[in-house]
This record gives sequence, structure tokens and C-alpha cells, in this order.
Amino acid sequence: MLDPFEFGFMQRAMITAALVGGITAAIGVFVVLRRLAYIGHGLAHSIFGGAVISFVSGINFFVGAGVWGAISVLLINIASRRPQIGGDAAIGIVTTAAFAIGIAVISRARTFTRDFEAALFGEILGISEQDLWITVGMVALIAVVLTLWWKPLVFITFDRAVAGAYGISVNWVEAVFAFALAATVVASLQILGVTLIAAALVIPPVVARLLTDSLPRLFVIAVVVGVLTGWLGVYISWFVDVSSGATVVLTQAAVFALALGYERFGRLRARSGARRAERLAGLERSLSE
Amino acid sequence: MATEQQPLISLSELAVGYDGEVALRRLELEVRRGDLIGVVGPSGCGKTSLLRALMGEIETYAGESSRRGLEGGGALRIGYVPQVDTVDWNFPITVEQVALLGAWRERRWAPWAGRRARRHAREVLEQLGIEELAERPIRALSGGQQQRAFLARALISDPQLLLLDEPTSGVDIKTSHEILHELRELNAGGVTIVLTTHDLNGVASHLPRLVCLGQGTIQADGSAEEVLQPEVLERAYGQPMLVVKRGLETYVLPVPEEAPGAHGAEEALEAADLTLIERGGDA
Repeated sequence: MLDPFEFGFMQRAMITAALVGGITAAIGVFVVLRRLAYIGHGLAHSIFGGAVISFVSGINFFVGAGVWGAISVLLINIASRRPQIGGDAAIGIVTTAAFAIGIAVISRARTFTRDFEAALFGEILGISEQDLWITVGMVALIAVVLTLWWKPLVFITFDRAVAGAYGISVNWVEAVFAFALAATVVASLQILGVTLIAAALVIPPVVARLLTDSLPRLFVIAVVVGVLTGWLGVYISWFVDVSSGATVVLTQAAVFALALGYERFGRLRARSGARRAERLAGLERSLSE
Repeated sequence: MATEQQPLISLSELAVGYDGEVALRRLELEVRRGDLIGVVGPSGCGKTSLLRALMGEIETYAGESSRRGLEGGGALRIGYVPQVDTVDWNFPITVEQVALLGAWRERRWAPWAGRRARRHAREVLEQLGIEELAERPIRALSGGQQQRAFLARALISDPQLLLLDEPTSGVDIKTSHEILHELRELNAGGVTIVLTTHDLNGVASHLPRLVCLGQGTIQADGSAEEVLQPEVLERAYGQPMLVVKRGLETYVLPVPEEAPGAHGAEEALEAADLTLIERGGDA
């Protein structure tokens, strides 16, 4: 049971997965509440283009993917402001084009199949000590941004139409959020892979949403679920010999199923309790008559 | 700094709109300290756009607007209560948290509200009679309670000017009267108020000043008696209207296309002890 803890690369992988699980869940709260799951999925594909170019040109992955993500976010922001295009179409165009650039580069230089697969599906073996520290730095930076912009983000997420009237610079906050999201995707790419990031952004907040109606509690539950399932997913991947990204997301999906069952059970119990109370009240009425 | 004579907001020959499309033009309006103004007009006439023009939250294509704070200087503090149908009711937020959104500037960089802001939020909720609902999710409230929660969000920043978009929309008559009563009390306490309403009889006719919008501009600005005139309303709504007086009450009724002529309507109203105001203002 303790085998995975004996290896340095597994220790790094579990710490990174826990950090990434926590931060994707944290920013995922806003992704889910703003119904933006599509942008998370799109950005992951878009950043894949930057990852491929980084591999080919020998640039540090975080630098290449980060710059690529920032450019994608800027282009999405510019395009989505045109009423003829709209947000969904802008995300579709920019992220697919950026992904296609990655595919084009791969088809020209077929020398890094392993890196390509790692970017698509996640690869725990490739996390060096330097990668771990870069991830720690990025997660800390994103956490600070979310903390400082919490109030305007909550306001815009709840009631965007009037946030400007209350003195919130909506475009500025939107841009900060988009860059934080891009940074989260970059930080998560190595452990989760392009294809699975959207699930990690969405599942922990949805699990939390099933369990609470209070935003602060929702945030805490989502982060706890993200951290635990991130760590547990990598831990399980050691024993089942499956890609870490897949085991993290499958662990989260299992937790989601449990939360859904718990929530439905709670509702059924409340209904049967109400029926029993009504029957008793009816019995009392007929007795008193 | 505004004095008694100086308006809080002044719009002059203003043209505003969205994405290059003019929604309202030639706007001439002064909002003075202590005003309680109702903005009326048909659906889509630009009532919300006028509120946004007062806030300065809309594209301006021509003319000028100015806003002045009250004594002590600083910017004019504006509280805004939007139409509640734009809100995501599934959002996990409590009544107190909604109110605290209005105080987001206090401890700007901290993710949670300070003790002072929370105390003030409770005071505002108590003032509006919904303190016991503070911990309830916003979606679990009735229409009137939701309206009060959003009013609390606007009031928590102690606004000098309160703008409300259809505050009595979607609530029953009793709640509508209660909301109007609360707004009158706030107005008596020194808060200048501008509200939009589509309810000419239940709300607008009871307000001291009305602004009537139609055909992309202001058609009339004055007392309810001055504005609720058949020719003004026909110009704004593009349809003939009957204006009926009973004692101090004024009622506006649209004239159906198949209705008898004014003569027949007059007879019917006379039977009900009502007075018909003819076009031109004569009873």
C-alpha cells in the first residue's frame, strides 16, 4: 500500500496532482457557475498547440504553453466582443485553430510521439523537481488572483448585467479570470492531459453544488474534493497501471456518482418524511373530530 | 457638490444606445435632490436605457451629462436595482450575501466581508423587514422578498440616488403597495429615487413626478396629472388611451379597436360615477 510513496517521481506526481486538483476545482467553481465548461475544454486544446511548439523548439513547456494560452485568451476576448460572432463561436474558432497548429507541427515532425501522448492524456513520469516547483508557483499565483478578485468575480458571475453599475470594471475582471484559467490549464496539462482537463474543472464544483447552497461552503468542498481526488487518482494509477489523468478523472466521476446518490437519497427521505408528517397530521385531525 | 438648486444629474441633448444603435435621443432631464420620479412608456421604449444613461453606463453619441455628489464632495453614490428576471436563480447565494455584494468595495481585496459591513447588511435587511431571511438562499424567496434583497444590495452603500428597474414587476398588488411605501419612506429620508414602471394605474399615477418615454425620446416630464394626458399617452404608446379620474385617483385605460366611440365610453363611465378627461385635458 505504501509502495508509491517510496519513489521520488510518485511523490512529486501525487503532490502535483493534489495541487492541480485543488486549483482546477477552485477556478472551476466560476467555470461551472458561469456555464463556461466549453471554454475550459477549448483552452486545453488550444494550449496543446503551444505545448507541441515548445517540444519541437526546445522551449520550456510552461513558457511555450503559457504564452500560447495567453494569446488564445486575448484572441477569444477580441473576437467574442463582436456581436456577429459571440462567445461560443469565438472559443470554437480560436481554440480549434490553435489545436490544429499543434497537429500540423506534429505531422511535419514525427519525432516526439511520447510527448504528444503525454500532452493528450497526461504523464506522471515526466514531472521533474523543477516542474513541481513551477507548478507550486503557478498554483500560488492563481490562488492569490482568485483571492484578490473574489468579490468582483462573484458579483459578475451572479449578476453580470449590473456589475458595471456598481463600479466593477467588467472587461478587466473578465480578462484577469481568463488569464487565470489559461494558467490553470497550463499547470494541469502535464498531469491531466488535454482531453481530461475539462472534467477536472467541472466535476469537483458540481459535486459541491449537489451538497450545498452556500457559495463559500461550495468553494471549500470543491477544493477539498479536487485535492483528494487528484492525489487519490495518481495513487490508484500506480496499482492499475493506467494514465494518471484518466484515473484522476475516473476518481472524480466516482465521487460525483456518490454525491448524486446522496443528494437523491436526501430528497427521497425528505419527501417520505413530509408524507409521514401529513399522514400523522391527518390522523390527529380525524381523532380530534 | 450639488446644492438644493443644482441637479444631481443633468442630461442635455443626450443621445445614447448600444453598439452604435441609438436607443434614445434628444434627452433633456434634470434629477434634483429629493425627487421621486417614475419613468413610464411602452415595452421596449428605452426605460432601462434611460436608467443606464443616468448612471453613465451606456454608449453616448451626442450631448452631455453631468453627475454631482452631495455635501462633502466626492462622486454621486448611486444604487441600482435591476429587473430581477435577469438573475440566475440557481446561483448558490444567500440573502445576506446578495446584500453584501453592494459593499464589495469595503475591504476591496479581502474575499470575505468585514464585521462592519456584515453589521450594516443586517441593519439594512432589518429596515426592509427581511432580516430573518438573511441565511436563506435567494431562490427560496417570493418575488417581493427577492425584490427587497436586491434593494438591500443597493442600499448597503448608502446611495444618494436610487435607480430601480420595474421594482413592482411580478409581485401581487399588496406587495407592490408595500414596496412603494418603503420607497416613499426612503425618499422622505433623503434618498432621491428614479424608478421605471409599466403599471400606470397602480404605481405611476401615485408618484409626484413622471417622465414619459416614447418614440425614442422623452414625450413629457411633469406631475402625474400633467403627464397622464390622453394626447401624451397616445403619442408615447401609439394607441388611443382613456384617462379617467375618480376623486384623487387617476386611471388610464387603453381604448380597444372594436370599442364604441368616445361618446359611448363616456356614457359607460358616467354610469360608474367616473369622469372622462377628454383630449386637451378638459373633464
